[in-house]
Amino acid sequence: MSKLKLIIQREFITKVRNKSFIVMTFLSPLIMVGMGFLVYFLMQKNDEKVKKIVYVDNSGLFSKDDFKDTKTIHYTDYTALGIEETKKKVEAGNYYGALIIPKKDSLELLAKSIEFYSKDSPGMSVMNSIENKIERKLRNEKLNNFRIDIDKINASRIQSDIKMYNFSGEESSKLINGLKIGVGAIAGYFLMMFVMIYGTSVMRSVIEEKTSRIIEVIVSSVKPFQLMLGKIIGNASAGLLQFFIWGVILFILITVASSVFGVDVVEMQSSRVPAEQLEMAKQATGGGKGQLILQEILRLPILKIFVLFIFYFLGGYMLYSSLFAAVGAAVDNETDTQQFMLPIMLPLILGVYVGFATVINDPHGSIAVLFSHIPFTSPIVMLMRVPFGVSWYELAISMALLLVTFVFMVWLAAKIYRVGILMYGKKPTYKDLYKWLKYKG
Amino acid sequence: MENLLEINNVVKKYGDFTALNDVSLHIPKGSVFGLLGPNGAGKTSLIRIINQITMPDSGSIILDGEALAPHHTAQIGYLPEERGLYKSMKVGEQALYLAQLKGLSKSEAKKRLKYWFEKFDISAWWGKKIEELSKGMAQKVQFIVTVMHNPKLLIFDEPFSGFDPINAQLIAKEILQLRDEGATIIFSTHRMESVEEMCDEIALIDKSNKILDGKLDDIKREFRTHTFQVGLNTSNPKEVESALQSNFEVFPADFKLLGNELTLNVKLNKTDSANDLLSFLTSRGEVQHFVELIPSANDIFIQAVNKNN
Repeated sequence: MSKLKLIIQREFITKVRNKSFIVMTFLSPLIMVGMGFLVYFLMQKNDEKVKKIVYVDNSGLFSKDDFKDTKTIHYTDYTALGIEETKKKVEAGNYYGALIIPKKDSLELLAKSIEFYSKDSPGMSVMNSIENKIERKLRNEKLNNFRIDIDKINASRIQSDIKMYNFSGEESSKLINGLKIGVGAIAGYFLMMFVMIYGTSVMRSVIEEKTSRIIEVIVSSVKPFQLMLGKIIGNASAGLLQFFIWGVILFILITVASSVFGVDVVEMQSSRVPAEQLEMAKQATGGGKGQLILQEILRLPILKIFVLFIFYFLGGYMLYSSLFAAVGAAVDNETDTQQFMLPIMLPLILGVYVGFATVINDPHGSIAVLFSHIPFTSPIVMLMRVPFGVSWYELAISMALLLVTFVFMVWLAAKIYRVGILMYGKKPTYKDLYKWLKYKG
Repeated sequence: MENLLEINNVVKKYGDFTALNDVSLHIPKGSVFGLLGPNGAGKTSLIRIINQITMPDSGSIILDGEALAPHHTAQIGYLPEERGLYKSMKVGEQALYLAQLKGLSKSEAKKRLKYWFEKFDISAWWGKKIEELSKGMAQKVQFIVTVMHNPKLLIFDEPFSGFDPINAQLIAKEILQLRDEGATIIFSTHRMESVEEMCDEIALIDKSNKILDGKLDDIKREFRTHTFQVGLNTSNPKEVESALQSNFEVFPADFKLLGNELTLNVKLNKTDSANDLLSFLTSRGEVQHFVELIPSANDIFIQAVNKNN
């Protein structure tokens, strides 16, 4: 068996046998699914509590029909009680809040002088809902004043749902845009986490060889470059295995959970999408929103996303883990790594921030395009863009740049690694690292 | 004698610092070669070059008639001064891994490891982790790992450190046996008494330069001062001493005998022979002790290094 293969095998087995790997692999999907259910459960509970709101209408414009009870808000007319008494009742804690509608000469004036009193600050959704009701009523009043038939207005209202297409024939909607953002963001974020976790794992493994002093025995049998490469590949294989196991576990768990508890998994996922869009989508198809989302997910280029995910995963990981390996070789113990870690972490974190800030607004904007070509941020930013459709030549350029940079960085890191693994004592400075680059053989 | 390893004009620089300055060594096949020198002299740099851990800036290295190349790592066994094994890896797995890195097949490695583990009576450790072993135990494993692929060239850097006297003796015996079976051994140490015991040839490196090399006996001959330790039973020691002083160079004794004899160190003049001194002594009394003072490896080391400074 070749030496590189032996090293990969050892690194892989050591990593996979490690207790923390086993715990991470089998526990984290459980935790993730558990958290999902918990959040869902809490959201349901949170909304369940009915908010009782009383109103005092001195204008005489509003009736109970204008304040229809909803699932979560109940309205009661306290006009007869008077403003002061009503406020007192609310202060005593029996009600969520009191809406005070004074009598004013004009509708415009009235619209600006309605007040809401509550013990605690009211939630945004509650206020929006009340404001909507008032605005609708006042608008209708105004239309009445202009002698315009409200029924005609309502009848003339028409809903347009523009179907968006790109030239590869993909149909899209606002809903699917939301989904794309979600899928891209999760993929990009995952990639950053993976690079950090497995990169530091490579670094630790290098430091371990250095502190245990076995390194000199090993490099008398193999080339330092082989050792570094074997380490990187071995750890990456362990990472891929972990992902594979996660995929299988998640699939099983979700299938089991949704059938046992009768929870609509698709509905859970949809809570990310704004309600308004869902409403529109529902009208557009007439079907259930769960069914719709499923359809939309299936319309995403899932295979393409998956393949590119693996590619950028490996490319980004290789690029960064070679740097992590060089850092591990340069220092004697983990506490000394910090000064070298910052410049490695920075572009990773920048990638995630730039991705979240630009891709969501405009996936093909100039900043998003630029950062999806810079090799240090491209794995993250490009993954975020991929669900929106990226032309093949852009992908090709970005991937080629990543590959070239990866080869260059591994070469550079190997130079530092080769010298660093045999250096003990003084913590090296950046100047030292530069000097090491110039050492011969 | 044929040389297993020839190091010709090797230069190694780290930035501005010269670690090895034009060093040449010839190491005969089947010998124990002592590589000596003060700390920081350049020994480790040289050993790392032989192991191809680093490359020389210039100069050539010939192993068994071939220019040193990557495939030669399988023919070299190296026990570094700073020992180390993977702490959380099991002894057996680790030994198998390291043996395979040296080019042995898994089955061959298993067979040889079994032989060595039985020889050292440590078969019970196979499934233990290194961190569960004592330092001495780990050293034994490390020794086995160094020699198990039957290398032509063995490099031991301070092989006895960490061993108790009994185990040190065991290891010394093994090293000499490996030499008898045909291996060539480079032996780097600061323990001069083990140099005396084991080395056939030595080289002394100081401040990046080789300052001395050759057969240990030849070097001793070169460094001999023709001084003798003398113990004499005589009725008139004062008179004998002054008579000696007029013929030879006389120093106070650096040794002790059991009786009350006159004890002195006597250095011959260039023209004298040992017999001249001996016949002088026998004419004055009964000779109890007469030994040439041969310089120890320790003396040679100190003298040579001091001279170089």
